[in-house]
Amino acid sequence: MEAYKNMETYLDNSATTRCSKRATDMMVKLLTEDYGNPSSLHLKGVEAEKYIKEAKEKIAKTLKIEEKELVFTSGGTESNNMALIGTALANKRAGNHIITTAIEHASVSATTAYLEELGFNVTYLKVDSNGIISLEELKEAVTDETILVSLMMVNNEIGAVEPIEEAVKVIKAKNPNTLVHVDAIQAYGKYRIYPKKLGIDLLSVSGHKIHAPKGTGFLFIRDKVKVKPLIYGGGQQKGMRSGTENVPGVAALAEAAAEIYEDFDEKIDHLYALKQHFVEGVQKIDGVTVNGKTGRDSAPQIVSVSIEGVRSEVMLHTLEDRGIYVSAGSACSSNKPSVSATLTAIGLKKNLLDSTIRFSFCVNTTEEEIDYALSVMQEVIPRLQKYTRR
Amino acid sequence: MYKSFLIKYAEIAIKGKNRYLFEDALVSQINLSLKKVDGEFLVRKEQGRIYVDTLSDYDFDEVVDALTKVFGIVGICPVVLLEDEGFDKLAEEVISYIDKVYPDKNFSFKVNARRARKNYPMESMEINAVMGERILAAYPNTSVDVHKPDVMIHIEIRNKINVYSTVIPGPGGMPVGTNGKAMLLLSGGIDSPVAGYMIAKRGVAIDATYFHAPPYTSERAKQKVVDLAKIVARYSGPINLHVVNFTDIQLYIYEQCPHEELTIIMRRYMMKLAEHFAKEQKCLGLITGESIGQVASQTMQSLAATNEVCTMPVYRPLIGFDKQEIVAISEKIDAYETSILPFEDCCTIFVAKHPVTKPNLNVIHNDEKKLAEKIDQLMQEAIDSVEVIHIEG
Repeated sequence: MEAYKNMETYLDNSATTRCSKRATDMMVKLLTEDYGNPSSLHLKGVEAEKYIKEAKEKIAKTLKIEEKELVFTSGGTESNNMALIGTALANKRAGNHIITTAIEHASVSATTAYLEELGFNVTYLKVDSNGIISLEELKEAVTDETILVSLMMVNNEIGAVEPIEEAVKVIKAKNPNTLVHVDAIQAYGKYRIYPKKLGIDLLSVSGHKIHAPKGTGFLFIRDKVKVKPLIYGGGQQKGMRSGTENVPGVAALAEAAAEIYEDFDEKIDHLYALKQHFVEGVQKIDGVTVNGKTGRDSAPQIVSVSIEGVRSEVMLHTLEDRGIYVSAGSACSSNKPSVSATLTAIGLKKNLLDSTIRFSFCVNTTEEEIDYALSVMQEVIPRLQKYTRR
Repeated sequence: MYKSFLIKYAEIAIKGKNRYLFEDALVSQINLSLKKVDGEFLVRKEQGRIYVDTLSDYDFDEVVDALTKVFGIVGICPVVLLEDEGFDKLAEEVISYIDKVYPDKNFSFKVNARRARKNYPMESMEINAVMGERILAAYPNTSVDVHKPDVMIHIEIRNKINVYSTVIPGPGGMPVGTNGKAMLLLSGGIDSPVAGYMIAKRGVAIDATYFHAPPYTSERAKQKVVDLAKIVARYSGPINLHVVNFTDIQLYIYEQCPHEELTIIMRRYMMKLAEHFAKEQKCLGLITGESIGQVASQTMQSLAATNEVCTMPVYRPLIGFDKQEIVAISEKIDAYETSILPFEDCCTIFVAKHPVTKPNLNVIHNDEKKLAEKIDQLMQEAIDSVEVIHIEG
């Protein structure tokens, strides 16, 4: 299998993506030419304000929302923080109960832990072996006191897709005043999401997962939903998020958002074809299992793979040595060797917790890259399995 | 307000005819450490004293921080240097010095005069007494306490008159470069950087060897070792860090030898490799962070087994230290936070659940025979592929 020399193969697109050409061009133009501050009264400022307005239009169109329902943030983590802390603080007189799941990203789970410190009660919903919540359990959990339910749409580690539409119905039927927040950071650009049709009140998106620059993102806040700002200052973005707008970032984010929804069905078909091909190939290797659902029942871009007898860090560095970049568990937390909450919650066998790798694709991933990754894995896994801790 | 620092050193003053060598080494180490500080400085020897004169604006804390990392320095005294313009003028200067340094004049003091220039018209005792009176007169809330004064005001009559009252403790030890060089076996842990620091403190320059085992240990683990070497180099001066790729040797031992002996045999080969590079770098010994009984590979028997493969002396400055004592030094030299970053190092990747704690040398020798076929070649490959990183402190 020495047919390939090292071929740089980036299969870590759920950690971050390469910025698209269109987004980059937009960014550079606004950094070097139209660099005004939208709050300035002069022409340069007016021009900058126009870019913000255009950006809002582009993004609003992808979600079928109104422009005024968007707040630009520094990314997914800030969006999730604003959604949770902001609604909790603004609605604490209505109740002090919050519901979320056991498999949330740290930007949600660490924030709910903080809210618990502030005195809120938080219920963490269990998931099944595929990472899916139970609507029954959700229904049980919602009470008169429940002010907010926060659910992730696509799990970042195993690609599980939560039944958001049904969940919203269950929640609103039990308590119409309960707000619903959806962490759509791994879902936006992979699904057509129309929060207002679904009854979602808040929705978080990160730019750098969809080929926009890092440090960009937004929170959809449905009109009339009360959210307390986290950042105070000059009152930009109607006081919801003070600080001079990141105009180049915002414009590039909108450009990337518009771009990813062009020829959308073809892109998604391509991702599912890659995924299918990869899953079939990887399952043929001894000791390898794919976690969660496969096919169209799970997200198009994420495959979680457990490899018996090979520690994930070793696997990661071996692949890296061959030019293949992946994540051990979830990239955002894999810098510290803590046990993944998601993998624990789906009941993964103990010996596999530390032997799980995430592959994540993007629209630019090719079948050739998948074949290369598969051939390297077929070659190295048996060798690595020979040397294990005894 | 200070234009100069008086550098106190103890041990090197007793080295007889070699004294100037030690003083020169200290001057050059001080120069080296001040290179990293903004400003212009002149380090000079005068009458068995070392002075750092500041020739430009400088940050006091930065200079003190740099000087407290130079081995050989016992004390750093911010000093005022005065021309001799008569005793009255001197008393005026001392009173104004006190005003600047001690805003609240509510302390006990003692004047400690030293007349190094014997043609000065007053004797030490007389200076003490008269100066004491003048200070009391100027600041009535102060008092004299000759046994336990809050403030000791030193007045040394030399070519210039030295006035100082603060002695900032230095690290002690001896200037690096006065005692040859040694090779430190540096891992990512807590102990080895401390061991390097302690040997450097005795005037020994340091090089280091790190065993890297990709893909089992990561680039970040290697970066951590580079960072630790930088921390040690702040004290020891430049370090040539030898990064040895140890993976193939480790896997070969894993294949051929009983698993419970893996760590011991591995460490024997590490010592051999470190000794090879030590000889290349003209080192006079090896340094490890071992401490008796800390882990299975550091029992008396295990130490004997790893020691056996080297002909060079192996210095183990932590041999009688408890973990807490080592941690305390690690914290003192600001290595601890880096040392505890959670990256796997090559000693732990294949570690057996029950490694031998009392290795029998005959058994080890026998088992090592199983490596005969390929080990020499693998050792040579490890030597040939070494990456040497030059690290400035």
